[in-house]
Amino acid sequence: MKIEKLIRMANDIGDFFNAQSNKEIAAEGVKKHILRSWDPRMRREIIAYCQQDGTALNDLVRTAISRLEQA
Amino acid sequence: MSINKEQDFGTPASPASQLVTLEIDGFQVTAPAGTSIMRAAASIGIDIPKLCATDSLEPFGSCRLCVVQIEGGRGMPASCTTPVAEGLKVVTQNQKLADVRRGVMELYISDHPLDCLTCSANGDCELQDMAGAVGLREVRYNPVETHLDAAMDESNPYFSFDPSKCIVCSRCVRACEETQGTYALTIDGRGFDSKVSPSQNQPFMDSECVSCGACVQACPTATLMEKSVIDHGLPEHAIITTCAYCGVGCSFRAEMRGEQVIRMVPHKDGKANHGHSCVKGRFAFGYATHKDRMTKPMIRASIKDAWQEVSWEEAINYAASELKRIQAKYGKDSIGGITSSRCTNEEVYIMQKLIRAGFGNNNVDTCARVCHSPTGYGLKQTFGESSGTQDFDSVMKADVILIIGANPTDGHPVFASQMKKRLREGAKLIVADPREIDLVRNSPHVHADYHLKLRPGSNVALINALAHVIVTEKLIDEAFVNERCDVASFAKWETFIAQEHNSPEATESITGIAAADLRAAARLYATAGNAAIYYGLGVTEHSQGSTMVIGIANLAMATGNLGRIGVGVNPLRGQNNVQGSCDMGSFPHEFPGYRHVSDDKTHRLFETAWHAELSLEPGLRIPNMFEAALDKSFMGLYCEGEDIAQSDPDIQHVHAALRAMECVIVQDIFLNETAKFAHVFLPGSTFLEKNGTFTNAERRISPVRKVMKPLAGYQDWEITQLLANAMGYPMNYSHPSEIMAEIAGLTPTFAGVSYEKIDQLGSIQWPCYDKDSVGTPIMHENTFMRDNGKGLFMLTEYVATHERVTRKFPLILTTGRILTQYNVGAQTRRTDNVAWHSEDRLEIHPHDAEDRGLKTGDWVGIKSRAGETVLRALISERVQPGVVYTTFHFPESGANVITTDNSDWATNCPEYKVTAVQVTKVSQHSEWQEKYHEFSEKQLDLLEQGMNNG
Repeated sequence: MKIEKLIRMANDIGDFFNAQSNKEIAAEGVKKHILRSWDPRMRREIIAYCQQDGTALNDLVRTAISRLEQA
Repeated sequence: MSINKEQDFGTPASPASQLVTLEIDGFQVTAPAGTSIMRAAASIGIDIPKLCATDSLEPFGSCRLCVVQIEGGRGMPASCTTPVAEGLKVVTQNQKLADVRRGVMELYISDHPLDCLTCSANGDCELQDMAGAVGLREVRYNPVETHLDAAMDESNPYFSFDPSKCIVCSRCVRACEETQGTYALTIDGRGFDSKVSPSQNQPFMDSECVSCGACVQACPTATLMEKSVIDHGLPEHAIITTCAYCGVGCSFRAEMRGEQVIRMVPHKDGKANHGHSCVKGRFAFGYATHKDRMTKPMIRASIKDAWQEVSWEEAINYAASELKRIQAKYGKDSIGGITSSRCTNEEVYIMQKLIRAGFGNNNVDTCARVCHSPTGYGLKQTFGESSGTQDFDSVMKADVILIIGANPTDGHPVFASQMKKRLREGAKLIVADPREIDLVRNSPHVHADYHLKLRPGSNVALINALAHVIVTEKLIDEAFVNERCDVASFAKWETFIAQEHNSPEATESITGIAAADLRAAARLYATAGNAAIYYGLGVTEHSQGSTMVIGIANLAMATGNLGRIGVGVNPLRGQNNVQGSCDMGSFPHEFPGYRHVSDDKTHRLFETAWHAELSLEPGLRIPNMFEAALDKSFMGLYCEGEDIAQSDPDIQHVHAALRAMECVIVQDIFLNETAKFAHVFLPGSTFLEKNGTFTNAERRISPVRKVMKPLAGYQDWEITQLLANAMGYPMNYSHPSEIMAEIAGLTPTFAGVSYEKIDQLGSIQWPCYDKDSVGTPIMHENTFMRDNGKGLFMLTEYVATHERVTRKFPLILTTGRILTQYNVGAQTRRTDNVAWHSEDRLEIHPHDAEDRGLKTGDWVGIKSRAGETVLRALISERVQPGVVYTTFHFPESGANVITTDNSDWATNCPEYKVTAVQVTKVSQHSEWQEKYHEFSEKQLDLLEQGMNNG
């Protein structure tokens, strides 16, 4: 899958949860949303991108995806 | 079976609870106060002669045929306009009354053709019936002037108007006013010159008539008559079923002659439509027997090959072997399926069951992905259930109606008629829409108190600003919030929404709405009494679609507008079974009943029931499937009833994905756009050819009943079952009622649903938890359906879409639908509805048109970042400067060549409503259109070759 699209999708999810002032809750929200709605191959690819580069992900999303690795 | 005509009580039922008792022809009768004497008499089997009265219309008292005598009363009052009263003694039949009625009939017949034997209404004519009822034996008059030579109007493709047979009872005029709310008809002239006139003595097709057919149904003679009856004769039996068009889900009597549908008559007892219909449901059923119907299974190895007609067995075995081959080569997760809101609940259920249990993955999705998936997400998060909160009738108790991103008079016309009735009674109206829909000021006696003409893409800024006013001006329903909602979430939301950046003044530059108007609209919504929100795809089909649904839910909770009649959050579903297809577990992350696939208890329940190992992981959504196809990890697709090659956004990308797949199986009634990329074609059945149920926008499960044999031999659920068995996953249902029984056994909200109960009640609104329940018209009356029973407020920060206007793409394109066409048009394009809409056009504001030197009818190129197409221009002030609009009913229009792959953050619902474009005058079709034409012609040739070889 095109990683650019996955990055955009992940950042869009981040934009919603970023409204939370508590960034811990926000990161958990992003993580949970991706875990519950993304097909595993999509998760694998965004995790791999996050591990290798990750610079196009916003901070909140990067935090969430790094937690996905452990999920 | 018989035609079993519905009883006509003459006048509507009275809603009064107080009962009165009177005597009619010596019989005691008790009826609610306000009931007419005519209706009370009919209730005990005494049919008083009538012509101008029918129980779908308010009494009119013009024909004088229904006169009665009341003991102690003077004269002969009309029984239709005289209400019952305690102790009345009424006589409906004596010599004096008989003489009067016979005299009235004699006058009518003196100006009426005496051609009963050759008249299309022979046997179904109230005038004929009344002549018999009053014992008319002669007409003594020899009029010097009559209307017998009045010219017929045949302009409407579905019905004729023969004024020579008109008795000027005004039933058609009143039906147009009271039932439909269009006011296209009037009685023109006075006395002898009185005549029914569409608009200002224009042909029906040139008038404001919307061809709903209410006038035809109300006509007591052959004056307004379905052309199908004129051509084929009267029906001889009727079967009650449910319309397969929009999410209103109208109940119909399919009136038949043998296996031929003669006419579709809206069912008086239908709880969604109360005997009304629109031009699609009533008249546009001819596609079912259109010459383009596919009736033979076909296969081919490549889309460059000719189709080969084969037996069902061969087609199914080939499909199964290909799917198995692909799984062996690319892995278990490399295949999946797409189902549709045009399928019945039972079809969707076994489709997702086949995929989850037979394919062994969760790669199942439905077309709700591209329309109301944000509704499912947003309402599940906030209220705890993925559905609207009210029944349609609730609107009759609304004091203020807020319509956001919906166009009910075009998209949901029968419900719109009910809504217009309430608006004519005085309910207030707020419309939030970038375009001026008819309800703003183009519906007689209806106008919007506020039209919030927002810029496309600014919905969330709008809803936040409305909420800001309500919070900062202390218009919150604190009692409701404290008792019914999660107060901690409310506190956070209240703080967030009160921030200055959410104020109408701060958002004015985003929405384009004057702060004063927005403030006034917010106050009206919060203070006018019962406030009800109705919304459509103008809410969901945005990059913030889910955020907007959540914002709507927040607004309703904050003002206490939930849990009772007259209020609520009401998503208007586009297709007939959007709600049902979602309920049935057609999303890749949810089992039936919206339970996540990773939920242990649910997972075990389904594994046990289905005797299969099920995946705990969410599958691919439709757009993810396309990406995965291009990535060679998704290579086989089973697509039933959905035309993704036309309906999905960024269509060139979709086509590339379909070309990349090794096996595309399409099950449909026509060789649709997707089938042109298919390797297996399984000919499906229309709603007239199968049994099942549809669930409409108000959660109403209604029966779909087979009125004719499937043209291709199988109902769709049977085809899926054949494929399941060929795949090695056994299914042995003998009737859809068995599938519904399984659904009920596995889904708590459907636990009390059965075919027996649906037959008994006519329809059931879920939740229906047990066998004694008759369903739930209004949801969340005491508690919300979340685990703790409390409504959840969520923060809804406005985030601008990625799609930006620039100098290169300075206009925003938004899309919608029109009354006479339906979705991708596969059905309605194959009916006479093309008489109203034969092509998609681009609406453009006069200022933008002038800048580009355009006039109506000019060919214009519309170019976006995704692609380019060409349509004809329609200059219109309905759209605001900077915004253009089109419908998407014709594949050659290529509306989705232009739309982009931007989508809702939560659900990937495409952002159809916001595409930056440039519009220029052109003289030829776009390159895409030329290629599309060439490809389509080639595919039709390959089809013809296959048919000739078969």
